Amino acid sequence: MMETPVVETLTFHEIQRYSRHIILPEVGLEGQTKLKNAKVLLVGTGGLGSPIALYLAAAGVGTIGLIDFDVVDETNLQRQIIHSTDYVGKPKIDSATQRIKGINPYVNVVTYNQPLTAENALAVIEGYDIVCDGTDNYQTRYLVNDACVLLGIPNVYGSIFQFEGQASVFDPNKGPCYRCLYPNPPPLGLVPSCAEGGVFGILPGTIGTIQATEIIKLILNVGDPLIGRLLIYDALEMKFRELKVQKNPDCPICGNNPTIKGLIDYEAFCGITSVETDRITEDHLITPKEYAELRNSGFKHLLIDVRNPMEQQISKIEGSRLIPLRQLEDLIIKENIPKDFPIILHCKTGGRSARALIQLLDMGYTNVKHLVGGINSWIREIDKNQPLY
Amino acid sequence: MNEIEITLPTPLRIYTNNQKKVKIAAETVDDALKRLVETYPALQKHLFQGNELRSYVNIYINDTDVRHHPDGFRAHLEPQDTIFIIPSIAGGLK
Ligand SMILES: [Zn+2]
Repeated sequence: MMETPVVETLTFHEIQRYSRHIILPEVGLEGQTKLKNAKVLLVGTGGLGSPIALYLAAAGVGTIGLIDFDVVDETNLQRQIIHSTDYVGKPKIDSATQRIKGINPYVNVVTYNQPLTAENALAVIEGYDIVCDGTDNYQTRYLVNDACVLLGIPNVYGSIFQFEGQASVFDPNKGPCYRCLYPNPPPLGLVPSCAEGGVFGILPGTIGTIQATEIIKLILNVGDPLIGRLLIYDALEMKFRELKVQKNPDCPICGNNPTIKGLIDYEAFCGITSVETDRITEDHLITPKEYAELRNSGFKHLLIDVRNPMEQQISKIEGSRLIPLRQLEDLIIKENIPKDFPIILHCKTGGRSARALIQLLDMGYTNVKHLVGGINSWIREIDKNQPLY
Repeated sequence: MNEIEITLPTPLRIYTNNQKKVKIAAETVDDALKRLVETYPALQKHLFQGNELRSYVNIYINDTDVRHHPDGFRAHLEPQDTIFIIPSIAGGLK
């Protein structure tokens, strides 16, 4: 719940703090006052949310909302620069609030220690001037988009994968939305996540800073926003490309005859609760303890690690065959493994091995199991001498 | 026939022997994509569902989405044209 808007003017100390802004004709006292009265919601305080929150705080954005239910993990610190080592294990929103307040005590930080869901999204987002999407999953991306279109609020978009990033501004009143660009998410497993595919730590810094720039421009109403343009950044080539994004007249939410008039079930939309995963039963699961016993018994089987080669450099279960998920089908066909030969699949935490399991069931394999919790659980419970990631 | 360049996104390079850019001789976008998947058959199912381009993959000729080009997939290609394949990516938070 947001307070009713009262235009707040700048204090003497604030004028001094923001003087380098105020002397810019494009900002001035008027622009800086707009920044002070602006309310921006950041969905996620991770890789993208970190630089965005830091720069919005420094710039004097008056109200910054943070929604995140995650805790700081050591593996976040390679890129999530708002968090520090002292905060490992603590809520990200607490860590971020403390940093924002350290940079600028004049910022009002509103926190939501919960996931954004179809039930709470409209209530959380309503009252903010701009929403900034820095999440890592399709269901939240479509949820943020739909809520912003329904409420008429601009959504400043950014996304990253390995060495490449995308940024755009989806303003439902002035241009296309995320669904105009991508009507549907990819099926599960076809596009690897950052946790699976890795990410160049500085990449979210570049993309997040572009998002922060767009947010501040929108608040000040200066320059040309990234509306109707998708900026593509390639860090290895150090190249920016700009692609046109048009409003789709048939868009299900912002088109001429919208069919989506309220928030929907985003997990179902993104295929997360599909019948596919229902096909995995108790018989297809093996716990690290059960697997350790199986190994000790000398039982003949094939252990397939469906992760990527680089991940095996971090941790490995002795005797495993590396076949990355995306090559599984092709390689299994080549190898001519009997359909009833016992196969155990594993990945990092169990997501990819579940998808691999369904692929093998589809190919007619009858004796397949996957390791519950992946190699990370194996390391926690059985082989404590390897690093977790 | 014009030789044009196709730029592939990171997640699909695994299917093109890790090549980021592929040169293909083609008259139209349709031609270029057909030849691309003929050369790299593993790409087929990641780009197409039957004959339809998948809805989370966008194809651009230079800066224009083929779906919004007046000639669509029959759009004629010039030698300096580049085709970009841009799938949706979701990363950001974790
Ligand atoms: Zn739309």
